[in-house]
Amino acid sequence: MTSALGKDLLGLEFLSSEQIRLILDTAEPFKEISERSIKKVPALRGSTIVNLFFENSTRTRISFEFAEKRLSADTVNVSALGSSVQKGETLVDTARNLEAMRIDMVVIRHGASGAAQFLADRIESNVINAGDGLHEHPTQGLLDLLTLRDRFGELAGKKVCICGDVLHSRVARSNIWGLKKMGAEVAVCGPRSLLPHGIEEFGVTVFERIEDAIQWADALNVLRLQLERMTAGYIPSSREYNRVFGVTRERLERAPHDILILHPGPMNRGVEIDSDVADGPHSVILHQVTNGVAIRMAVLYLLAGGRPELAEAAKGGAR
Amino acid sequence: MPSRTTEPKTVLTAPAVERTLRRMADQIVELNDGTDRLVIVGIQRRGVQLSRRISALIEESEGERVLQGSLDITLYRDDLQTVGPRPVVGPTDIPWEIDGRNVVIVDDVLYTGRTVRAALDELADFGRPAHIVLAVLIDRGGRELPIQPDIVGKKLSVEPRDRVDVLVEDLDGRTAVVVVPALEDETP
Repeated sequence: MTSALGKDLLGLEFLSSEQIRLILDTAEPFKEISERSIKKVPALRGSTIVNLFFENSTRTRISFEFAEKRLSADTVNVSALGSSVQKGETLVDTARNLEAMRIDMVVIRHGASGAAQFLADRIESNVINAGDGLHEHPTQGLLDLLTLRDRFGELAGKKVCICGDVLHSRVARSNIWGLKKMGAEVAVCGPRSLLPHGIEEFGVTVFERIEDAIQWADALNVLRLQLERMTAGYIPSSREYNRVFGVTRERLERAPHDILILHPGPMNRGVEIDSDVADGPHSVILHQVTNGVAIRMAVLYLLAGGRPELAEAAKGGAR
Repeated sequence: MPSRTTEPKTVLTAPAVERTLRRMADQIVELNDGTDRLVIVGIQRRGVQLSRRISALIEESEGERVLQGSLDITLYRDDLQTVGPRPVVGPTDIPWEIDGRNVVIVDDVLYTGRTVRAALDELADFGRPAHIVLAVLIDRGGRELPIQPDIVGKKLSVEPRDRVDVLVEDLDGRTAVVVVPALEDETP
């Protein structure tokens, strides 16, 4: 017996719409737990989870850690810096050593696309992808879907435009796959130099002017300009980018209807998004952060269900 | 020896369920010396339906509105891995302080006692009630934990593998309590 999600959560590309809906529906009651004075339930008591972060991350790691602790799991944080990885140990050796200490799950962030899959194929513990290279960031995609569903009620038929640095964004890929599976229409908008070659094959509309995207969309998911990943001159300057592609209050005021603004953070204020938009009435950016904990709780909970060896040890249970 | 029938048997009809709930509502008021500081919390899902009806009956007889909430104990179960690959978590709704209040937990069927244990654990995360009372529509025996109800609608004596179904109008289209005997060849 495996969980409804299988052994691992590596991306949204291979999840069915039913599995995505299950995660979103499971996240709903988890929101309430974060409102309680004692923000903790015993569902994963006795489980050990390792957060294996080979790339710097603050909000994703903290969000996972909150989710794990709110489910009463024991957690260990490992970063590449200062670990045996610096001494030349391979990813799989690190994970196997941790697994030999009887862990149940690994949450991994890695700079290489496919690292989460590589690990999942080689260890028995559940693996959750917390962002791998330029590939996927499934829990971010799921929390975006939950935030949109909270506001729209239903995702089918809604128009969502992913704006900005799509080329370097794993969030964009998870969003495109997730949104399309749930029946939303998806577009991308950004300078051609920051859109992957052949992006149209994902079944998305391409806008080259932010004004056109704003006219079309019910929601904009504004991506961070990932200056640290840019090895070549993709854009003339941050100021130029803001002038042509920045999501500004003036541009939003010309929208034909209310438009939701999402951003996975951290934001470059005054570059891809202006402060009065980020903090304005259409922004659901902080709502995304809150939903992130609920989504991660749901994923951890669902992956932990259906493990036969534990089922054997925990007989009984009706009424 | 004649073989056991496998036909479902209705042990409480809709009017009988209504009479039973009315009696339970009166007992709750009596046991708590009125409705002051009373909170009624149903366990998802049919316990919630029954607790709503009990609250309405108390309101009818006492003229006082009773706080009524719901508790989903899924995340407090001790058997996550046995609930199947698609565990369903329902909403918990206790939007008020329960410190110092008299809490009545309502469930449809009391069997092993594990659900009630989980409910007590969850309630403790919301606060410290003055006291907690357990009211169940059906007590079918078979306890695995030292938990006993304070208010019982009906006691049933059934085989361990038999099913006791409480049906409610909103979820099942009719109200009744039905015993479904286990098939002869069902393995435990």
